[in-house]
Amino acid sequence: MAELSYRDAVIRGIAQEMTRDPDVVFLGEDVAKAGGVFKATVGLYEQFGPLRVRDTPISEQAILGAAMGAAMTGLKPIAEIMFSDFFAVCFDYIANEFPKSRYMSNGQTKCPLVVRTGNGAGSRFGAQHSQSVENWCMMIPGLKVVAPSSPRDVIGLLAASVRDPDPVIFLEHKSLYATKGEVPDGEIVDTLGTAKILRSGKDATICALALMVPRALAAAEKLKAEHGIDCEVVDVRSLVPLDTQTILGSVAKTHRLFTVEENPRLCGWGAEIVSIAADEGFYDLDGPPVRITTPHIPLPAADILEDIVLPTPDRITETVRRSLGS
Amino acid sequence: MATAKDRAQAKAGSGLNDDIGEQKRLALYRSQVRLREAEQRAYDLFLQNLVKGTSHLSLGQEAIAAGFAEAMQKGDLSFCTYRGHAHTLARGVPVEKVLGELMQRDNGLMRGKGGSMHLTSEEHGVMGSYAIIGAHLPIACGAAWRAQYKGDKDVSVCFFGDGTTNIGAFHEALNFAAVWKLPVIFVCENNLYMEYTPIADVTAVPHPAADRAGSYGLERIVIDGNDADECYRTAQKAFAKARAGEGPSLIECMTYRHSGHSRADPAKYRPEGELEKWKLRDPIKIYRERLKQFGVSDADIAAIDASVRKEVDEATEACKAAPNPPLDILTTDVYADGGWAWRN
Repeated sequence: MAELSYRDAVIRGIAQEMTRDPDVVFLGEDVAKAGGVFKATVGLYEQFGPLRVRDTPISEQAILGAAMGAAMTGLKPIAEIMFSDFFAVCFDYIANEFPKSRYMSNGQTKCPLVVRTGNGAGSRFGAQHSQSVENWCMMIPGLKVVAPSSPRDVIGLLAASVRDPDPVIFLEHKSLYATKGEVPDGEIVDTLGTAKILRSGKDATICALALMVPRALAAAEKLKAEHGIDCEVVDVRSLVPLDTQTILGSVAKTHRLFTVEENPRLCGWGAEIVSIAADEGFYDLDGPPVRITTPHIPLPAADILEDIVLPTPDRITETVRRSLGS
Repeated sequence: MATAKDRAQAKAGSGLNDDIGEQKRLALYRSQVRLREAEQRAYDLFLQNLVKGTSHLSLGQEAIAAGFAEAMQKGDLSFCTYRGHAHTLARGVPVEKVLGELMQRDNGLMRGKGGSMHLTSEEHGVMGSYAIIGAHLPIACGAAWRAQYKGDKDVSVCFFGDGTTNIGAFHEALNFAAVWKLPVIFVCENNLYMEYTPIADVTAVPHPAADRAGSYGLERIVIDGNDADECYRTAQKAFAKARAGEGPSLIECMTYRHSGHSRADPAKYRPEGELEKWKLRDPIKIYRERLKQFGVSDADIAAIDASVRKEVDEATEACKAAPNPPLDILTTDVYADGGWAWRN
């Protein structure tokens, strides 16, 4: 067991899989010699060499297209798109190519690849380098979508994503790179499609993802300490496949559901979870499910503005407290 | 019927260049006729309302598909566009499989799940037909990267139209392939029109592919895309270069489509006489004449034509008799486990 940063967990996760399987290759902008703009790939080039860890031009379509062609023909590429906002310039691969070729070819082709990307706000980068785009990916049949919140999950879920036979979008949160957590020694392999109950509670279920997970946990502690409200915090971890059983099971226990989403309001993943709860857990609910989201606006750059729009522990606390009427 | 020896004697001293050889020449002819016959049949079946959805025919462009496919080895990979019937057939995919997919029957190549624009036959090296312009150029780079990384000797060949040369993925892929020295061949079929608009009206250079080659350190290559021998010879050189680890090639093949862009297009935008002029240079007409120059008899040519017609006729009947796809394939193969589950 050792303390590791989320950033170093990315390095360890990639290294673990590249050591295990020579078919795992890694490409992206500034990822090799420079070690990545977030320093999340430092040392991989030195460890695995120029044939397996490759710098690309600023050509996001070429990066994802090449990853797909390599995956279709036998490699297991990890491709980095530096900022998830840049998905918009290579979205053809994410929306049209990766997820549809297997289906359209009636199962003839395969696409086992991972797209890693820096997602989310908190860096004061403004509207084109800060977005949470998980819902862009979640809406497309054929993709899997993963967003870890802790160093341990980074390694385990990255390993599971690399070993998965389907295309996986792996969303690393930029504001979590510097955070630290305990990580066991040795190989770590997790399971996609499994949510994790990080805090057990009886009064309300709070579902969160990535950066919103530590904020939900902080809110839960505050709610308990200041208001006696005992919240269960579910780290959703994987949007596709979605572990609805864990979420519905928690709602059946607590009878209240909150989602904490960093994405703008419309069509966020929380809406899907609330819809499932309404369909299948309606009689378990003692009150309306509540979504806590960023408002439906582009993200501002200034720290004082960005801090206001993202869900905070205080906003989560206040929303849950008011909804529960205490 | 003349023997091969007779024909060898007939052309001796004729001054004809016989680097291709009789066996390959007959294969090139058969392939072109087969593509023509199958595409013409697809059009006829469309008029009978038996081909559904859209379809983009390669009538008039057969020499390119035939020439490049005949230069390929087993294991080489083809990446096609939505105008991909010819390239798929040229790799040896049965006509029935292609027509079945166009007719959206259960005997189709993908059992109706892909349709005309997405023909894929991995066992024949046809790694897909891509309906988003330019998407497959980077994908072909990736397949070539795998070959380079693993030391495999196969080459990836990516076919596309002139319209593709103005989309970003074209330029990203060419630069990427050149910088990484990938074993990939980019084949531009310049049929003069991007959909309905003359390519010359919307492109800054006269040769939309070849005139960009220099930007990526590649040789400028423009060939007669209606001459299957020229396509074959050019392909052979590019394959040799790729297999020797000397990197990509970009080849612009001048050609002309005899039909409209898609089934919805009567191609009324073409100036009067243009089609007729190009039909004088019909690749099959050119090749038939060449076979005769090399001493192949009318009877031998007719025999090839008849055997191709028979394959297409039999395929047509098989497709007409084939059932629709069953509903239970609707939700198969969304994910690698064979199913479509996105939740537990």
